[in-house]
Amino acid sequence: MTRSRLQNSIWKITTVMLAMVVVLPLLVVFSGWMHTENRVWEHLAHTVLGDLLLNTVWLVFGVGIMVTVLGVGLAWLTSMCEFPGRSIFDWALMLPLAVPAYVMAFVALGLMDFTGPLQTLLRETFGRGGYWFPEVRSTGGVIAVMALVLYPYVYMLARSSFLTQGNSTVEAARSLGLSAWGAFFRISVPTARPAIVAGLSLALMETLADFGTVAIFNYDTFTTAIYKAWFGLFNLQAASQLASFLLVLVVVALTAERQLRGRAKYHEATRSTRVHRYHLTGWHRLGASLVSGLILLLAFILPVVQLSGWAWEVWREDLNSRYWGLLLHTLMLGGMAALLTVIGAMVLAFTRRYRDDAVVSSSVNIATLGYALPGSVLAVGIMLTFTSVDNLINTLATLVGWKLSGQILTGTVFALVVAYVVRFLAVAYGPIDSGLGRIRRSLAEAARGLGATPAMTLIRIYLPLLRPGLFTAGLLVLVDVMKEMPATMLLRPFGWDTLAVRIYEMTSEGEWERAALPAITLILIGLIPVIILVRRSARH
Amino acid sequence: MSGILELKSIRCGYDGETVVEDFTLSLRDTTLNCLLGSSGCGKTTVLRAIAGFEPVSHGEIILGGKVISSMNITVPPEQRGIGMVFQDYALFPHLSVADNVVFGLRRQGKTQRRKVADEMLELVGLQGYSGRYPHELSGGQQQRVAVARALAPEPPLILMDEPFSNLDVDLRERLVLDVREILRQRQTTTLFVTHDQNEAFVLGEHVAVMDAGRIMQWDLPYNLYHEPANRFVADFIGQGRFIEGVMASHESVETSLGLLAGNRSYEWPAGTRVDVLFRPDDVLLGIEGGVDCLITDRHFKGAQIMYTLRTPAGEELLSLVPSHLDINTGQKVKVTVDAEHLVMFRQ
Repeated sequence: MTRSRLQNSIWKITTVMLAMVVVLPLLVVFSGWMHTENRVWEHLAHTVLGDLLLNTVWLVFGVGIMVTVLGVGLAWLTSMCEFPGRSIFDWALMLPLAVPAYVMAFVALGLMDFTGPLQTLLRETFGRGGYWFPEVRSTGGVIAVMALVLYPYVYMLARSSFLTQGNSTVEAARSLGLSAWGAFFRISVPTARPAIVAGLSLALMETLADFGTVAIFNYDTFTTAIYKAWFGLFNLQAASQLASFLLVLVVVALTAERQLRGRAKYHEATRSTRVHRYHLTGWHRLGASLVSGLILLLAFILPVVQLSGWAWEVWREDLNSRYWGLLLHTLMLGGMAALLTVIGAMVLAFTRRYRDDAVVSSSVNIATLGYALPGSVLAVGIMLTFTSVDNLINTLATLVGWKLSGQILTGTVFALVVAYVVRFLAVAYGPIDSGLGRIRRSLAEAARGLGATPAMTLIRIYLPLLRPGLFTAGLLVLVDVMKEMPATMLLRPFGWDTLAVRIYEMTSEGEWERAALPAITLILIGLIPVIILVRRSARH
Repeated sequence: MSGILELKSIRCGYDGETVVEDFTLSLRDTTLNCLLGSSGCGKTTVLRAIAGFEPVSHGEIILGGKVISSMNITVPPEQRGIGMVFQDYALFPHLSVADNVVFGLRRQGKTQRRKVADEMLELVGLQGYSGRYPHELSGGQQQRVAVARALAPEPPLILMDEPFSNLDVDLRERLVLDVREILRQRQTTTLFVTHDQNEAFVLGEHVAVMDAGRIMQWDLPYNLYHEPANRFVADFIGQGRFIEGVMASHESVETSLGLLAGNRSYEWPAGTRVDVLFRPDDVLLGIEGGVDCLITDRHFKGAQIMYTLRTPAGEELLSLVPSHLDINTGQKVKVTVDAEHLVMFRQ
């Protein structure tokens, strides 16, 4: 009894501690407001704050509308209509998920810049000044780039919602006098609303957290301002105050999501219903193929082709020991973070399932909120937290008579890995929790009844059965860590550059070709989880 | 005489809500025992308390002379050595049939385990299935693997939680008999829970009828039917109707069907008002000298017909008679009762 009580509390304490690791950096970020006498902050507030807010709001609105239109529209076409190429577009339209937004951004700039292939071609045809060309480094440009890589979130969730709805409700609506469009807007979309909102929310979280894209486009948002305050002005307080603004925007977005989703849950069909698709004819048929093809071309094929071209130009010089060093660092950070995150997520999932109470479930809810924290906010919070921990350790050490170097936790790989774990705990929690949900409780009880101790039950029953979930969780975290730019930029110790950092450095110099090899590497690795997702949705 | 398993006045519950209260039961060696009750009566909770998955807050559970559960002690399930067959079988999906069967045998060598696996699979009639995986088996085969797995470590006691409820009716009847044969052959004391009376009567040598977390009667199936200890058991087991009566003497009772005498005497004085239970097979039709009753309903069951009757006093009776006695509803029929087992409860 006492032993099991002890075990009980160990699980619970670990869960609560994981929640604390997520909450503490946030509290520290907000505590930046206790130092408002800061002059740099006043300067920031008077000069740039208004622009930052305006820029961010524009970005969120623009990306939000575009990903919804693209995501829902394409999902409806591929799931409810029949047209040439549908079965390929069905899965191929998820591929842009593998392209990091900042890669898309520099490819777009490289393609459409004054010296890029497109303008060069126009110039040769029409002569200098003989043609009109849109300004790429503009609000519209940033929005278009982000929407092209983020629409798959909405697309995937809306698509699976449309498929599970089946079309009996749509057919019922048609028999009651609604047109095809009427049924789409009054039946299909409202039913899919929870899924659409969930996808939209994921896309907007990425938008708010993005640093690379806006930095490449020189479009100032809170993430770039935080970076400038930290590295340009070396003012962590100002950075944390900016971070808290960004955090408020995130909270607003999350609250809006809850409201919009309402009490509706994801629509789960009890049995798979056969979908009878609309057979499009005439220009509808052609249009559907053209639109799907155009989006796939812009969001995936063109960037990959352009990157391959650039990589072909430079691979002889760039495929050197530095590249392999970058790849190694990236994989090591990703691997460490993936391992720790998976272990943390397992603790959360097991505690939630077998030792649930009010404290546990709210701790799990908090601990899995990390995905909403932009990397830059998290970096500021963890930097400040670890600095105070360092100061505390130093003070204690001095009291005892030791002399320490001053930096114990800050500027270490540990700080960076903690940031990754906090940010991606939710990513790992999802597959592990749903995997655990599929393991019937009686299996563990049967093992116990046959003489297996709890530890043996974990090793012989849970781990083998959870293996697919653990693998997916680890892979998703690995890929996300490899792509993560702002947290890595801000927290990496000296000499721990990653592929993402290299991309930032090269693109900020305008050297698109030299960013191509790391970018292609990230896309290829990013394709692995996308392919798994595609195959899983095909089975669906 | 103390049995292999003793439950002494145990109490169990979740979140402050008592599910099982003052539950006492003693199982002797090598018997087939059954807890019978409707869903929510606490029978599964008792089983889980014996297996060690639920603690008891009062009383104790003693297995082979050793206290395994009490207010202060809950011996972990893996140290109890009790076999259990789960309602959903709980076969390990990632292990083959043979590996499932020998899961509980870890101390033994590989050859010994293989031998046991073959032996057990032969016992349950699944020779040649050792390399299969659970999802490749039918429901009935999975059930047998679950039984083999629970039996393999040779536990002194086996618990079964609604072991046949997931099977088709045809399959169920055959499998109940098979499992009874296996358990008898292995001489393993068994306690199983079910809500199905037929299953309880076929498999159970002793049956405990449960209601609201308590035992209402712990007896042979024959006695549960013919000599229910209380009104709940009389209602729950089998069919039947109560008719009012007044005691004429210690041995006989006056009812609207006449003066009836059973095979025993009762302690109640003459004049006591009682309810008398009549089973459908106690009520005979068409014999001279009976009371005229109206047939109000008729339910053809093949070999037999179940009639619903109304007595002159307006009370209802059921009668189960061979099918060749065919009477239409609305007709009158002479009714007599065969009152050897006269079951009565004081009003």
